[in-house]
Amino acid sequence: MATSDIQVAEHAFQHHFADMEQQRETSTFGMWMFLLTEIMFFGGLFCAYLVYRASYYQAFVEGSQKMNIWLGATNTAVLICSSLTMALAVRCAQLGKRKLMGWLLIFTMIFGFAFLGIKAKEYTEHWENHEFPGPHFHFQTGDPQHPATDPVHTEIYFSLYWAMTGLHALHMIIGIGLVTWILLAGMAGAYSPIYYSPVENVGLYWHFVDLVWIYLFPLLYLISKKHGGA
Amino acid sequence: MAQEHAHFHPGSKQEHFDPSSHIAPISMYVGIWAALMIFTGVTVFAATIELHVFNIVLALLIATIKGTLVVLFFMHLRYSTKLTMVTVVAAIFFLLILFSLSMTDYLTRDWLTFVSH
Repeated sequence: MATSDIQVAEHAFQHHFADMEQQRETSTFGMWMFLLTEIMFFGGLFCAYLVYRASYYQAFVEGSQKMNIWLGATNTAVLICSSLTMALAVRCAQLGKRKLMGWLLIFTMIFGFAFLGIKAKEYTEHWENHEFPGPHFHFQTGDPQHPATDPVHTEIYFSLYWAMTGLHALHMIIGIGLVTWILLAGMAGAYSPIYYSPVENVGLYWHFVDLVWIYLFPLLYLISKKHGGA
Repeated sequence: MAQEHAHFHPGSKQEHFDPSSHIAPISMYVGIWAALMIFTGVTVFAATIELHVFNIVLALLIATIKGTLVVLFFMHLRYSTKLTMVTVVAAIFFLLILFSLSMTDYLTRDWLTFVSH
């Protein structure tokens, strides 16, 4: 090992903290405060969703029929797997297992890219079907027997769909960037069982992004599989 | 100065008793992962059953169970300080204020027609 655990701690320790213990707790608290602002940030979009869904329920049902439930469910599973590898990577950081932490972070990134790839496939399909809000928006239900009842408000559903999943995807891209950073820093020996706050905090961010998707999936894809479309 | 401080504290014994550096067994993480995967299947299946207004209630209930597992175990809230727990409760509290006050407005706007006649 290039640097000892004590050397890592000496390098990381900030003079305005009483000890490493206090420094770590402060850092975790700060990250949670940031996540609180993120919750309120996404919360505004979720609130807009609730208001419009309550007002134009049938238009939202018809919009959600266009979602590919299996791609959405696969992406949910992919994110849950990425959260597992991320959580285990943080555990390795706590134990000082640098090499295993590196591998787990690489797997986390692979899952992250898989999520974005599947999302890109879905976006392409919606784009080609003119299911993007704006002048070229054109909505048709899959069944010619039952034409769209309220395409104007289905456009609102798709506005919220693109805004919420797009913002989520942006968070995924930032998350992959952050994982790359702690992977490189971790390989360079920046962390030890005494100092691993960046790994822990990037982990918190990654799990938060997973948490947002856990709510997005049922709200956007599973509004109603059975009693809609007619 | 910073170096001297760091010398004294990092290796101290209390490190091992600190709740925030609690090291959970791998089996716990795998167990939570399995529970999250099962609940994902349950929520997809639940969407195929006709429950009227309770479809959304059930979907949000399952999502909240999954979210709670993620926050408590993957995000280590269970092993965090009281200050961090209060922060998370505050986030949920303000989110519920946002939702409940907005919805009491939008969901009751139709009621005005009864009053005006």
